[in-house]
Amino acid sequence: MRQMVSFTLKGAGYEVLQACDGVEALDLAREQVVDLVLTDVHMPRMDGITLVRELRALANYKFVPMLILTTESSQEKKMDGKRAGATGWIVKPFNPPQLLATLARVI
Amino acid sequence: MTLDLEMAEIAKVFFQESREGLDAMESGLLSLDSSADVENINTIFRAAHSIKGGSATFGFAEVAAFTHGVETLLDEMRNGVRPVTAGAIQTLLQSCDCLREMLAATEAEQPLDQGRIASLNSEINQILGESPVEAAPAVAAPASASAASSAAQGTRVNQGPAGPCGWRIIFEPVADLLRLRNEPTRMFAELARLGQMTVRADISRLPPLDAMDPESCYVGWDIELTGEIPRQALADVFDWVDARCRLELIPLGAAPVETVESAEPLVPAPPSDAATVHAAAPGAAANAHPQKSGADAGSIRVATEKLDNIINLVGELLITQSMLCGFAEGIDPSELDLLRQGLSQLARNTRELQESVMRIRMLPISFAFNRFPRLVHDLSRKLGKKVEIKLTGEGTELDKTVLEKITDPLVHLVRNALDHGLETSEQRLAAGKREAGTLELGAFHEGGNIIIEVRDDGAGLNKAKILRKARERGLVPPDQELTDEQIDNLIFMPGFSTAEQISDVSGRGVGMDVVRRNINDLGGHVQIFSKEGQGSTIRIRLPLTLAILDGQLVRVGKEVYIISLLAIVETIQISRERLNTLPGQAEVFRLRDDFLPVVKLCDQFCIEPDSRNAADGLLVVVEADGRRAGVLVDDLLAQQQVVIKSLESNFKPVSGIAGATILGDGTVALIIDVPDLIRSAAERREGAMTAHAA
Repeated sequence: MRQMVSFTLKGAGYEVLQACDGVEALDLAREQVVDLVLTDVHMPRMDGITLVRELRALANYKFVPMLILTTESSQEKKMDGKRAGATGWIVKPFNPPQLLATLARVI
Repeated sequence: MTLDLEMAEIAKVFFQESREGLDAMESGLLSLDSSADVENINTIFRAAHSIKGGSATFGFAEVAAFTHGVETLLDEMRNGVRPVTAGAIQTLLQSCDCLREMLAATEAEQPLDQGRIASLNSEINQILGESPVEAAPAVAAPASASAASSAAQGTRVNQGPAGPCGWRIIFEPVADLLRLRNEPTRMFAELARLGQMTVRADISRLPPLDAMDPESCYVGWDIELTGEIPRQALADVFDWVDARCRLELIPLGAAPVETVESAEPLVPAPPSDAATVHAAAPGAAANAHPQKSGADAGSIRVATEKLDNIINLVGELLITQSMLCGFAEGIDPSELDLLRQGLSQLARNTRELQESVMRIRMLPISFAFNRFPRLVHDLSRKLGKKVEIKLTGEGTELDKTVLEKITDPLVHLVRNALDHGLETSEQRLAAGKREAGTLELGAFHEGGNIIIEVRDDGAGLNKAKILRKARERGLVPPDQELTDEQIDNLIFMPGFSTAEQISDVSGRGVGMDVVRRNINDLGGHVQIFSKEGQGSTIRIRLPLTLAILDGQLVRVGKEVYIISLLAIVETIQISRERLNTLPGQAEVFRLRDDFLPVVKLCDQFCIEPDSRNAADGLLVVVEADGRRAGVLVDDLLAQQQVVIKSLESNFKPVSGIAGATILGDGTVALIIDVPDLIRSAAERREGAMTAHAA
C-alpha cells in the first residue's frame, strides 16, 4: 500500500518521505517539516489518528494538511480523525488518479 | 499505458508483501494457540487489513472480498466480541493457505479455486453467525459512504432532483476551518470545475481588526453554481468540512434565482503563516531523503544474481592479491618490506571485503525454521499426537543457496520425527513421559560449519528392528556385528523404511537415503544419535557457503590439486610396512586399528608422479559420509581460500572433480570431490575383492 502511494506520488513529482508506523513518522516529521501528511489509520505502535493529533500539536504543523487513509466502513474513524485535526480523508480502495485528485484539493 | 506497466511493477511488490503478511498472520495465529494476546491479534488483523486494502486497490475483488470476511472475524476477536477458539484459528489458518493460493493464481492470471473459497467463506460466516452479537460493524459498511456525506451536510433544506440547472450553496464554516487546512479557495476551485460559479462573500461576521484572530475564519459564502451537477458531487467537495458548519444545498429553480452583483474577494483574509506553510510541492527535488522502504524488516531485497556477480568479482580480487603475493617472492630485497606491507594490507582488505559481501548472501536459518510451527501444528493434528515445537538459534546465518536446499531435507526429517519418532499421548503416558512430545530444531555455528539438529524426545530408534530389517534386505551380511551407532545410521541406507504402515505423513518412498544424498551434495554430513525410549537427534553439518572453500593445495607430479580442509582428517608419512596390497591390486594402509583404501591421484588422473615408490609420498587421510580413505600425493603446499568455479557450467561435469579454481600464478587447479573419490575407491576395492573371490 505504502509503496503504491509513494510510487504514485513520486511519479507525479512530489517528494515523498516514508515511515512504517506512527512513531517513526512523528520522528521524521520533527526532523523535517513537510507540506502534506498522508497516513493510514491502522499502524503498529502509533495509529494514524494519534499521529495526526500529535502532529497538530506541533507549531510547525499547525496548518499542514493531513489526510488519513480509511476504509468505507469506518465513518467513526473519519470523525475521530477530524477531531484529532485531520484535514480530510481518502477512502480506500483508491487508484492513483483518485489519489492525485484528492491531493490536489489540499496542496 | 505506462501507468499500467508501473502498476504491474507495484502489483509485484503487493504480491510479495502480501505473502510476507500471510506469513506473519500464520505465525501469529500459531502463537495464538497458547495465548490470546490482544497485540498479537492486532498484528494479524493489520496484516489481513493491508492485504484487503491492497487487493482492492489493484482490482482483485475476489481476494479483497475473501479477506474482508477474515478481517471481520479478526476484528471481532480483537474487540473481544468473538472468542478465540481452536476451531476459529484452524479456519483462519486455512484461510491463509487459501489466500496464498488465490494470490498465486491471481498473479499467474489463473482461475481461482472457487469451491474452496466458497467453503471457507461459509465456514467464516458460520463462525461470524454463531452467537447473536449484532451484525459485525464492518458488514454494514458499504452503505455508509453516502451516509457520511449526508451527515456532513448538517441542515438540509430540500432533497430535490439531481440538480436540473444548478445549485445555490450557502456555506458558513466554523471558525477553526483553516486550522485543519481545509482551504475554501481550493474547495471553490473544485466547484468551479463542476459548473459556472458566482460567489458572494458574507463578511457580516467579521470582527474589528484588533479583535480578529488571524487563524480563524469569519467569512461565509453564498455560491451559485449552474450546470447539471449531481448532489453527490457537491457533497464530495464539502465532505471534509466539519459537521458543525452551516451548509445548505438548494437546487436552483426551487428557490427564486437571485442575481448577484460583482463577487467580493474570495479569500477570507488569509492568515499569513498559512501562506508560508503552503509551499509549492511538486517538482522540487532538492533534498530528497527517500526512506528505505524495507525498513520494517531492517533488511533490503537484493536480486541473487547481482550478489553472485559481486561475489565473482571479489573472487577475482582474491586472485589478483595472491598473484601479487607471488610476484613479491622475486623482487629487490630493499623494496621488499614496503611491498610486503602493502600486500598484507591488500590481503586484509580483500578478506574483509569478501567477508562482508558473503554476509549479504547469508540469511538467518529462521527462513527455513519458520515454516515448521505450522507444519508441526497441522501434522500433529492429523496424527492425533500432542507435540510442542521449540526453535533455537534461529538467527544463525548460512548461505542462501544452502538454506534453500536444506529446507526440503529438514521437512522430511521433521515429518519423520513426528510420524515415527514421537509416540501417541497414550504411549507416552504409559512410558511415564509428559503427554506432549517435544520436537526441537536448533542451529549453531561450529568452526566453518553450521550444525542443524532435529531432536525429539520420542521412542528412539528400535535397534533390534533396524538390524533385523537390514539383514532381511541384505544390507548387512548376516554374520557382521555392528556398533549401536552403525545400526542407527543404517536408516540412511537406500531402500530402508521401518514404518509398519505406509502413512500419509512419511514413508512414501522418499527415504532417509535421499535426505543424506541431498545433504552430501551440499558438502554436508548427517548423523543420527538415538537412545531407545528417550528420543533421537539428527545432526546435520553443513558448510556455510558453497562459493568459497578453505583448501589444502597438494602436488602430484607437476599438477596441483585442492582438497577441502574440512574433509582432511590428518596427513601422515607413509611407512612401507603398513602398506598392504590386497589381491586385485587394491592397496590399503593400516592406520592404527583401521584399514584405509589408498587412492593414488597419479593413477586416478593419469599423471606421472615424482616417484612410483609410495613411501616417498604423503598420505592425506580424508573423510566423507563417515568413510575414510588415504589420498597419496607427492607434496603438501599452502593452505588458502579458493573461489570455486563450477566445471559443470564452464565445461562439463567430471567424476572425481568438484570444481576448479585459479591460483595466484594464474594456473587452474582442480578441486578434488572427496566423497566421490571415496565412493569410487570403495567400489574398486569391492570390485577387486569380488573379482578375487570369483
